[in-house]
Amino acid sequence: MKISKAPTADTGSALLPPLFLNWFQAKGWSPRAHQLELLEAAQAGQSTLLIAPTGAGKTLAGFLPSLVDLAQRGKSNAASRGIHTLYISPLKALAVDIQRNLAKPIEEMGLGIRLETRTGDTPAHKRQRQKLVPPDILLTTPEQLALLIAAKDAGRFFEDLRYVIFDELHSLVTSKRGHLLSLGLARLRRLQPGLQTIGLSATVADPDELRGWLVPQTDGSPLASLVKVEGGAKPHITILQTEDRVPWAGHSAVYALPGIYEAIKQHATTLIFVNTRSQAERLFHDLWMANEDNLAIALHHGSLDVSKRRKVEQAMAANALRAVVATSTLDLGIDWGDVDLVIHVGAPKGASRLAQRIGRSNHRMDEPSRAILVPANRFEVMECQAALDANYIGAQDTPALGEGSLDVLAQHVLGMACAEPFQADELYAEVTTALPYAALPRDTFDRIIEFVATGGYALKSYERFAKIRQAADGSWRVTHPRVAQQYRLNVGTIIEAPSLNVRLTRQRGKGSNVRGGPVLGKVEEHFIEALSPGDTFFFSGRVLRFEGIRENECIVSKADGFDAKIPSYAGGKFPLTTYLADQVRNILADPARWGALPDQVSDWLRIQKEKSVLPQPGSLLVETFPRGERSYMVIYAFEGRLAHQTLGMLLTRRLERAKARPLGFIATDYALSIWGLRDMGRMFKKGELPLSELFDEDMLGDDLEAWLSESFMLKRTFRNCALISGLVEKRHPGQEKTGRQVTVSTDLIYDVLREHEPDHILIQATRADAATGLLDIRRLSDMLGRIKGHIIHKDLDQISPLAVPVMMEIGKERVPGEAHETLLEEIAEELTREMSDHS
Amino acid sequence: MNLVSQITKTMLHGAAEMVVAGHRCVCDPSGAMYLEDDRILVVSDLHFEKGSSFARRGMMLPPYDTATTLAALGRVIARYNPASVISLGDSFHDGEAAARLPAQYAAQLGSLMAGREWVWITGNHDPDHPAELPGETFTELAFGNLIFRHEPSKRPCPGEIAGHLHPAAKVVRRGQAVQRRCFVSDRSRMIMPAFGAYTGGMNILGRPFHGLFDAQAIIAYMLGSKRVYPMTAKALYI
Repeated sequence: MKISKAPTADTGSALLPPLFLNWFQAKGWSPRAHQLELLEAAQAGQSTLLIAPTGAGKTLAGFLPSLVDLAQRGKSNAASRGIHTLYISPLKALAVDIQRNLAKPIEEMGLGIRLETRTGDTPAHKRQRQKLVPPDILLTTPEQLALLIAAKDAGRFFEDLRYVIFDELHSLVTSKRGHLLSLGLARLRRLQPGLQTIGLSATVADPDELRGWLVPQTDGSPLASLVKVEGGAKPHITILQTEDRVPWAGHSAVYALPGIYEAIKQHATTLIFVNTRSQAERLFHDLWMANEDNLAIALHHGSLDVSKRRKVEQAMAANALRAVVATSTLDLGIDWGDVDLVIHVGAPKGASRLAQRIGRSNHRMDEPSRAILVPANRFEVMECQAALDANYIGAQDTPALGEGSLDVLAQHVLGMACAEPFQADELYAEVTTALPYAALPRDTFDRIIEFVATGGYALKSYERFAKIRQAADGSWRVTHPRVAQQYRLNVGTIIEAPSLNVRLTRQRGKGSNVRGGPVLGKVEEHFIEALSPGDTFFFSGRVLRFEGIRENECIVSKADGFDAKIPSYAGGKFPLTTYLADQVRNILADPARWGALPDQVSDWLRIQKEKSVLPQPGSLLVETFPRGERSYMVIYAFEGRLAHQTLGMLLTRRLERAKARPLGFIATDYALSIWGLRDMGRMFKKGELPLSELFDEDMLGDDLEAWLSESFMLKRTFRNCALISGLVEKRHPGQEKTGRQVTVSTDLIYDVLREHEPDHILIQATRADAATGLLDIRRLSDMLGRIKGHIIHKDLDQISPLAVPVMMEIGKERVPGEAHETLLEEIAEELTREMSDHS
Repeated sequence: MNLVSQITKTMLHGAAEMVVAGHRCVCDPSGAMYLEDDRILVVSDLHFEKGSSFARRGMMLPPYDTATTLAALGRVIARYNPASVISLGDSFHDGEAAARLPAQYAAQLGSLMAGREWVWITGNHDPDHPAELPGETFTELAFGNLIFRHEPSKRPCPGEIAGHLHPAAKVVRRGQAVQRRCFVSDRSRMIMPAFGAYTGGMNILGRPFHGLFDAQAIIAYMLGSKRVYPMTAKALYI
């Protein structure tokens, strides 16, 4: 913040030992102001947050205090010392990368510092040696930290710990992984109260949250100090200009293909970001078809086989590629060679995400990044424009930290019992020093202990099988070594969606019982689930034919032709952020700002203004109109797809009760459309069903309850909570379980638990998760409060221009709330009818 | 009797009737099967005390599965008031599960058994007679043209009523898949769905079912919340 008072190269000589100054000099460099500022804060005993854009030399800055301290401490006298500095990164690859980058200065200065990584890939013998002879600096991941502090020798291992460095802190803290990490930090602080933390982060909306995260939540303890590097050159961002018609709806951006291809040709290396795997597949395929010049274009997403991904990454680092089509797997860290252009296809959905992705190009902070945004439809044109404005003004919309989840706490409590017996009072005091758990009520903590011990059920029938039990002195300890073994196998918060290997066979049309070929990657079970043999789809850059399923493999063959019959699930993976939604609404409402939009888009808005009205900030526009035999209602809420889906479910229930006979609904990021048999516009106007009643906040009471109880979304959330909390094991000693083979169905457990103990702690945790996650209830409730008394109803004779996009989604996307029973009945009736016809 | 009349004949309580080896079998949406002419009710794979069986190994599943299964069993017994009940094996999740049965549930089970003939068929999870409980235990039992056993035989076996495989069927519509437990039959033999609260399902197009049925004549009665839904081979997905 106070850049002016930053130490200069002169004061640097006071902070840095001669060894370091000479090294900088020999390189022809001088230490950067923020590097010295961070060093000064660290040497003054402060924990510090460093906020800097990519390419600012964040890593060296983060390690400088350690290196200086270690250099002054003198050569390490092996065996007698524990870890001095712990570095934690969200990605294994990042830890490996850092080791390479840091080894060089250490060697060149002859510091004699031992630097090692410890990840899931580290062989057992090396891990054992690390325990006996700890390195000075250990580079690791949140999961490995959880394992290290749950070990019996944790106290000795960390007895010399001085610094803990958190890389990419902004991306870690908002997830359950971040919750687990915050608890790990709390434990480290108990083991070593004098330790200092250093957080490295990209720009965030609220730095104070991260500053708080880095220090213990005890009375009067100050926030971590802040060192902020202002961004280098402003990025150069444009929206793709095209003569072609921007589509009303959809996500494929096929219209822009010639423009994208031209941009690739004009640049050395282009990174193309899309929001979902299927968009990546689709775009890669289309580019390949258009690739008349045989440019080296590759595909990279998380479902592809690891070896394939590594190959692409290596080719990228060697500058052998002209373009890579990628999803969020490339969002973080790691150096990607000389990228000189980033193309973002589809709206970025969040301004921060866009900034991060654009940072991938020109990894040197003093040169401007170049980026082109490619909106896939007309609403996205406005969204891109809004994001573009946001990037220039440096606005950020990273989500707030939120409260620590209880399933993670349960996992941590068991881990702490594995380390050593604990007293509930002491562990509670420790846990509440972590920011996400600072407000944790004591009785909730006690219920979590009960949960860990015996499941925490009202029916106390598992006392004799307890995993942890209180000894005479009141301390909780594990009852059997097997418990610790199981804990170690199941540590972590990353739950992969059940998925199947995609295996290519050359034998076509013979079903799944054939000799298999290479594995191409993994696909989610829910995608495969709706395919029948013979269906074709895009994967790994080709068109594949689904043959069948064998154990946990999906057998495919190469398909003829270039088009896939099954369009992969389309739709943005990330919901629109509140910040961008507001911006889009502002653009819409203000014709003065339409000048920045392409003519076809501003014309579209102009006609909307003539035929209906424009949605205004601070109110909610509801349009009704007839179409075919049905009555439609379109609600322009701009709250993101998840919140709209929840709203759709709840409104449909209410309309049902009001006898409006609703038939279905569809949600996009911008609007929600509901259709039914009765004229809803008339019902609203006649006062038969006042809109104020329909949209009353009380829908979040009983209606929500009733819907939640049968919602499949809650079951999906429950599964994650059950796995993370250790109620159900991901893996059991001796048998590696894939997501597909969890030993017992969590859906069935959920049904039974909800029936018998609806207020069980794990059901509470599930609901809290769903409220912020899949259902986005918080956002919905904010909106309902805001628009009270500000609903504008427009009853029209026909569809309005603004309604076209959402109406075009009807029939394309699945309707998630559709009752399974209805579906079964429909198929059964159909079969019966066919049979009678044939007899 | 042809396929059509079987499929269309939906009965009271959402059950459906089909003829297997000459016996009229009523497939109830609860997953129980009733031989109306002989007043025999058949249930399979109750897996009592599966929850506590997992708890012994450190997975504290909600201890309410036995209560849920017993309640469902109670409802279907009240509905048909059978003279005899056959439990088709894996009635208990492990060898000690019957001994572990909490007293209140043992009593509840006892009252369901009272006044009727009760047959325990042994299964792979429960190879012996359940401790202290009444009823007779058999490894298999023949009745009329029917033979009741836990594990279905690999070869064609007319009249066989078995369990063990926990059959489930999957159908797809508008990109949405629905999987439910089911009865599966080709009118020569039948495999029953698992009845227990914590018992899942295995797709009937999967390998363990290969060769057990005449693929053309296969009918799956999928269990819905209020009725069963008959499906033929063409509607099924793997």
